Amino acid sequence: MSNNEKPQKTTDLHIGDAVPGCKKKDPMLVIDHVKKTFGGLTAVDVEHLEIPSGVITALIGPNGAGKTTLFNLLTGFDTPDTGAWSFMGTSLSGVPSFKVAQMGQVRTFQLTKALSLLTVIENMKLGAKGQSGESIFRALFPGFWKKQDEDIEVKAMELLKRFKLDTKKDDFAASLSGGQRKLLEMARALMTDPTLVMLDEPMAGVNPALTQSLLDHVISLKGEGMTVLFVEHDMHMVRHIADWVVVMAEGKVVAEGPPETVMKEQAVIDAYLGAHQETDLGEVTGRINIIKGEDK
Amino acid sequence: MDWGSILNNTLAGFLTPTTIAFALAALGLAMHFGFAGLLNFGIAGFMAIGGYGYAISVLTFGLPWWAGMLVGVLGSVVFALILGIPTLRLRGDYLAIATIAAAEIARLLFLTTAFTDVTGSADGLFGFNSRPDGSGFQNSNPIPQGTYGFGPFTYNEQTLWVLVFGLIVLTVAVWFLWALMRSPWGRVIKGIREDEEAVRSLGKNVFAYKLQALVIGGVFGALGGIIYTAAQNISPGVYVTSLTFFIWTSLLLGGAATIFGPVIGAVIFWVIQAFLSNLLPALSTSGILPVSTTQASTLRFVLVGIGLMLLVIYRPQGIFGDKRELTFVK
Amino acid sequence: MKFLLDDTRRRALRIILVALLAVFGGLSVSAPALGDSVGEEYSATVFGNVKIDGEPIAGVRIVVDGGGYTAETVTDSDGRWSIGVPEVRNYNVTLDESTLPEGISVLEGGATQEVEFGLTDRVAKNFFIGEGERNETSIFDQIVSRFIYGINFGLMLGLAAVGVSLVFGTTGLSNFSHGEMVTFGAVAALIFGVGLQLPLFIAIPIAVALSAGLGWSLDAGLWRPLRKKGLGIVQLMIVSIGLSLTMRYIIQFVIGGGTEQLPGFDSPKINLFGAVALSSTDLMSMGLSIVVIIAFAYWLLRTKTGKATRAISDNPDLAAASGIDVDKVIRIVWIMAASLAGLAGVLWAYFRPGIKWDMGTQILLLIFAAVTLGGLGTAFGALIGALIVGVLVEMSGLIIPADLKYVGALVVLIVVLLVRPQGLLGRKQRVG
Repeated sequence: MSNNEKPQKTTDLHIGDAVPGCKKKDPMLVIDHVKKTFGGLTAVDVEHLEIPSGVITALIGPNGAGKTTLFNLLTGFDTPDTGAWSFMGTSLSGVPSFKVAQMGQVRTFQLTKALSLLTVIENMKLGAKGQSGESIFRALFPGFWKKQDEDIEVKAMELLKRFKLDTKKDDFAASLSGGQRKLLEMARALMTDPTLVMLDEPMAGVNPALTQSLLDHVISLKGEGMTVLFVEHDMHMVRHIADWVVVMAEGKVVAEGPPETVMKEQAVIDAYLGAHQETDLGEVTGRINIIKGEDK
Repeated sequence: MDWGSILNNTLAGFLTPTTIAFALAALGLAMHFGFAGLLNFGIAGFMAIGGYGYAISVLTFGLPWWAGMLVGVLGSVVFALILGIPTLRLRGDYLAIATIAAAEIARLLFLTTAFTDVTGSADGLFGFNSRPDGSGFQNSNPIPQGTYGFGPFTYNEQTLWVLVFGLIVLTVAVWFLWALMRSPWGRVIKGIREDEEAVRSLGKNVFAYKLQALVIGGVFGALGGIIYTAAQNISPGVYVTSLTFFIWTSLLLGGAATIFGPVIGAVIFWVIQAFLSNLLPALSTSGILPVSTTQASTLRFVLVGIGLMLLVIYRPQGIFGDKRELTFVK
Repeated sequence: MKFLLDDTRRRALRIILVALLAVFGGLSVSAPALGDSVGEEYSATVFGNVKIDGEPIAGVRIVVDGGGYTAETVTDSDGRWSIGVPEVRNYNVTLDESTLPEGISVLEGGATQEVEFGLTDRVAKNFFIGEGERNETSIFDQIVSRFIYGINFGLMLGLAAVGVSLVFGTTGLSNFSHGEMVTFGAVAALIFGVGLQLPLFIAIPIAVALSAGLGWSLDAGLWRPLRKKGLGIVQLMIVSIGLSLTMRYIIQFVIGGGTEQLPGFDSPKINLFGAVALSSTDLMSMGLSIVVIIAFAYWLLRTKTGKATRAISDNPDLAAASGIDVDKVIRIVWIMAASLAGLAGVLWAYFRPGIKWDMGTQILLLIFAAVTLGGLGTAFGALIGALIVGVLVEMSGLIIPADLKYVGALVVLIVVLLVRPQGLLGRKQRVG
């Protein structure tokens, strides 16, 4: 991975010690007592968690830690057994997923959901909010939506250029590579003008040649004032771009803090490797082979 | 064998009230399945409700024909809502079984002797197209008595009136579907067909869109039933599950995710049906086919079944569909 | 439903057999002036007379049904009725017992009987009626006997339903052609038992063996190649619809549009207890179903193939990875499903009674109802679901009109899909 320039990290986000459940100075998401069980298995059991505004937060943890389930709960795609959570002060408990998205909290999926038999540009335009042509009566008469549709297309093309997909605009999404679909999904999410972008494993299955551009896109979201929460296994990526890291294991938050310190915590190493191992986490969980000594 | 008469009858299959009724119903299925991805195996139920809604409101409640037809359409809207509100949450194949069961329930309710006074049970209803008080559909026929057209396309004024009316309804339905599917609304619907969770994550109320699609396709189906009924009596024996499957065959022939495909598919279906129903008995009578004439006319339905299988296996996008835009994504 | 509560010895019955008009029916040049006739445009006529103790009964509802034609009429003040029919073929004539005076019912042969045209185009049908037990049967006895009938029907339905369930569990296919596999068994028994005059204990095993052969060839010739081709579930489902149409009309091609009977369908009823009477075929049918179901359960739970089947239903990839030959197991599942469906077809032909080309279509949705109720893909769930549906269908006849008895089952099907889509025995998973 090329580390030509270090992204500017935001620090000093928390109040008091960086312990699980600590208060943030400017929280965007506040989660309280959210619990979800499948059969006898507790998938998520979060006492208290705050996600800071305007920065990039990584959600990490071993397989089965409940990261994706927490994502589904926060976005209304699944309902918890108990608990409450709020987004910018508005309670989201029981709010259906499409309304959550309308409020500015947009997500992507671990298994990419590009709409295969729609063209790339149609995928993009679908993302735009508040389209009058999406109401069935106005849809019949182009006069109501033609102008707006053209504006949406301009905006979509700008985003596609940024994501280097503009040449593919009339191709079916099915014809894109896995990495291109990830890019398309992220670009489509941005069409909704979100406040909080939640990315579920944005790097999974992406060709290494594309990872750097994806990373740059994630960092640029922060530059544009958006808050990012992402799930990722690749510790190098986490260390590289995250301002804050939340570690989950067996459904609970076991640690949180700035990336440099949190990865050294015994609880985190235990969560991944079991007790008493001393290995760089990046070496174990990273997808890219590390040439020994490069990081030193 | 009388090839002239076989050809004549085959060409007549191009334009009949039944062909128009099939085209409308197939258009409804295109909305449901081709564009929105909803597996509706109960289109016969929508047609029955349209047809019976029209016939019953004319005969039992004495409404004029246009009001009766409106009742038929409203009936299908109500049926779509009753069916859709609880079942649209279900996975595709569950929806298929729920809709086929609902259509059978509707048919059995029209068939039962418990409501004979209103539905005519197994005999069905008749005498609603021409009314003694002048409020019937044929009473409003502006075409003077006589014979019109040429060759295979010769109609009396009554059939011609049904055809003209049916073609107007079909044209409006085709325009409606075309206008919807090129709009942002259509984009959302196609997105739902591909992956409803993705569409939901973009802030669209997927359930509302699916319900709208179910209602619109159901109304098209009801209009098909109404046109069918405007040309003849109504009887519950027509609205069996086979009718649903024949309409599916028409739809898949033309291409499920196209606007004109369902219309052309219905025409092809009925031209082939007309051809076979004339050819096969003729082959049997002339001794070329060693089967009885009854068996010979059964053979054409065997061929429909085989045709449906081959179509789905080898050309699922239909004759006019875009090969890339297969509709069998789930 | 034949539902004869026959106890002639216990009471004096005034049985009326009205004149056998059929003898001279064909001779009469003009039809007698009949009060209420239907279908006068047809040349063929079914007619009769309803009298008790020589007194005509007016206003009795008679329904003639067959070959897609149905017509009904009521008797006139002389007790006479006449219905014109389009074809010279067999028809079912039903006397609506609810329109008879209080305490009167059909005594022999049931309220629905078949008529057959002889050399003429007129045929008479008269019912033996008398002060029957219809209204004297206690509600309790009715409930009990309907329940037993329901169990009988449910067992038979279960034989058909486990096949749908196994196929769904292992391949994900909702097989719409399963109804025709049921018809196939009945038709095979008809061909060998009636056509070739073989004794039933030979004809029925042959029918089941042929059904097994059908299952084998369908998988070998159609389903396996399509699996290899990678067709989606929806595509497969529509292929099964095409197959259903094809088979249904081939069967009509072979046996025609009428209703055929297997030998011994009208075996006499045996009084068991109270007013509960079952025929020997009913008893044998139930016994056979139970034996086969137990054998099936043993196969599924104890044998290697049975265990492999369940493993594939649980997780096909894992099963394949652990060395199970998935294709071989699916082949066996198709053979099992088809043989059980074929046996169910034979039993159903006795239960209805009669074999008709579209009988499979009638039962398909009930099979789906049973499978869904029990839990898609769980074989034992399908059995329990079938018993519930069978009992429900028969018992609902106590409350709702007989021609709506399937509606109850279909409503249950939809409600189950809504409330508990995983069924009674299915595991909870996301299906929406």
